[in-house]
Amino acid sequence: MTTPPPHPDPAPTADAAEQDAAEPATAEPDASAAPTEDRSGGRSMPAPALEARLVVDRGAFSLDLPLTAASGEVVALLGPNGAGKTTALRALAGLTRLTGGHLRLDGALLEDPAARVCVPTERRPVGVVFQDYLLFPHMSALDNVAFGLRAHGQAKSEARALAYEWLERVGLADLARSRPRALSGGQAQRVALARALAPRPRLLLLDEPMAALDARTRLEVRTTLRRHLAAFEAVAVLVTHDPLDAMVLADRLVVLEDGRPVQEGAPADIARHPRSDYIARLVGLNLFRGTATGHDVALDAGPSLAVADAADGPVFAAFPPAAVTVHRARPDTSARNQWPVTVVGMERHGDQVRLDLSGPLRLTADLTPAAVADLGLHEGSEVWAAVKASQTRAYPA
Amino acid sequence: MTDEHDAVTGDEKSSPVEVLSHGRRSRWSRDARGGRVAGRGAGGAAGGPATTGGSGRPWALFVPAVIGLAFLVLPFVGLLVRAPWRSMPELLSGDVVWPALRLSLTTATAATAVSLVLGVPLAWLLARTDFPGRRLARTLVTLPLVMPPVVGGVALLLVLGRNGIIGRWLDSAFGITLPFTTAGVVVAEAFVAMPFLVLSVEGALRSADTRYEEAALTLGASRFEVFRRVTLPLIAPGVGAGAVLAWARALGEFGATITFAGNFPGTTQTLPLAVYLELQDSPDAAVALSLVLLAVSLAVLLALRGRWTTGAQA
Repeated sequence: MTTPPPHPDPAPTADAAEQDAAEPATAEPDASAAPTEDRSGGRSMPAPALEARLVVDRGAFSLDLPLTAASGEVVALLGPNGAGKTTALRALAGLTRLTGGHLRLDGALLEDPAARVCVPTERRPVGVVFQDYLLFPHMSALDNVAFGLRAHGQAKSEARALAYEWLERVGLADLARSRPRALSGGQAQRVALARALAPRPRLLLLDEPMAALDARTRLEVRTTLRRHLAAFEAVAVLVTHDPLDAMVLADRLVVLEDGRPVQEGAPADIARHPRSDYIARLVGLNLFRGTATGHDVALDAGPSLAVADAADGPVFAAFPPAAVTVHRARPDTSARNQWPVTVVGMERHGDQVRLDLSGPLRLTADLTPAAVADLGLHEGSEVWAAVKASQTRAYPA
Repeated sequence: MTDEHDAVTGDEKSSPVEVLSHGRRSRWSRDARGGRVAGRGAGGAAGGPATTGGSGRPWALFVPAVIGLAFLVLPFVGLLVRAPWRSMPELLSGDVVWPALRLSLTTATAATAVSLVLGVPLAWLLARTDFPGRRLARTLVTLPLVMPPVVGGVALLLVLGRNGIIGRWLDSAFGITLPFTTAGVVVAEAFVAMPFLVLSVEGALRSADTRYEEAALTLGASRFEVFRRVTLPLIAPGVGAGAVLAWARALGEFGATITFAGNFPGTTQTLPLAVYLELQDSPDAAVALSLVLLAVSLAVLLALRGRWTTGAQA
């Protein structure tokens, strides 16, 4: 078994263990007031599938996070270590009790401390992919995936057959009999994903799903994960501190700082209009989809982009705002990536100014205030933007 | 794990094993009677390559250590030396040994089973829940470890005896009497042996990673299912070590058994009781029986060598 890396948020783990132990004594799950499986209400109403205000007050740390999501939506909670991301995820799973607020999933009330309602974890339709996967070391990959199915009342043979299908879906059918310790990080991650998805949860929670992987495996896993998240019909909430993961995988970002949401929106919107220096640094990424042929990427948005990484097929192309240079006239450089653009927004963040540039590509650029003054930039300026191929990356999509 | 390590860190039960299984060690122990020479020899063995110089050697520790080792080991050496090896077949084929050995094995196994059924949940209660008086409960659980077993036997008589608090009711309501029956032997043995199992399992539970249990909960398993399918397999080594400790303790149990269950050949006369009784009539038979017990204990210890230290620590 690989040694689990240190938890980014150690406090909740310890706390939760205490809480978990105390739960049989203190839990007051009022069965009549806590409908669990009834989802008929959620279907007919346009109400969001997930509707919650997660309040966890722990003295020194407090989390207060309103969170809503529609079916099929992937929401990423992004923030620094200790921001409360993992606590929020644990609260959604019922592993950490709310001290206030409420949690509704598909119209059913799962938790509301004021009404003394708390559906215990095992009766919530959730699936969790833990940071270090937590595959049961004494079971084969197949039995790990079958575990949830059996817990939901399926017969052993039936559960195993279904589990096998799930392993096929994540491309690991040939490793069905392997013990977790024999799996690589990427394989373990895929088994963990299959295990979480097999009981068909209505809320999929992923805690730093890539943190324990090396850079190479990340690419491959991100691709698999993206495919499964895109196909997932219910709500997925992803916790990460990696902006690229968040931008590639999520439809919507919620940036969390000190237990409070500081900005929320589509990844590109947040990158373009970060509300704080921290967010500007965090979500500063120009990200495009396209189809690569060698070092050339035909972007879905129109123009083509020369990139440093050779690839073939669908890719994400990304480069940081600092890689974008702005010129008054068409630059006379070797840079192949240059486009005429219009400045549509300028926001100062710390010692940088973030430009929102509109043109063949919607770009974000970071310039120093001095450069902005030199160029005499203002909203509406017509300029040229250039990006060196060496500063771009391409990731398989 | 090296032999040196076992001998140094293991408890007194492992020492005789080491000595008996390694001739060299016994020689050093015998040398201990010689004093200084033995001290140097044992010093070299225990200290390893570091103790080549003579000036820094802490004789104040070595000498008592070697005497202590000899004290623990010599009785076994004596047993082996004085054993009536020639007449052993007749002695062992008598009508005392096999009934007593069979009774000992079955009652010790039954007592271990009782300890498992009651002790594992008790360990869970102590390790994973928080209730008022938990620390007191934990102290009381360990009481049979430090209490003289005879006292345990007397206490059991007062509670489960024919006129005991519960025994009277058991007798009148169900016609069940425990004292002086084979079931009584199991009760006495379980009473003395269960704390070993509880402590071992409790330790394993405390050091187990509870996040696996959380993962199982998120997959929809009930709390009991989580315990059965995730927690228990994860702490299996601790449960195994505890069960063996309990079994060994039950096998050697004397005081509580003779007090609560008496000494009737065939029904309550376990091997240790038989040894004690034979010692009055035919000491040779007692020695032979002792060797049987020693062999059984040794077999258990050797079978568990790998798990012994890790299991006990867990």
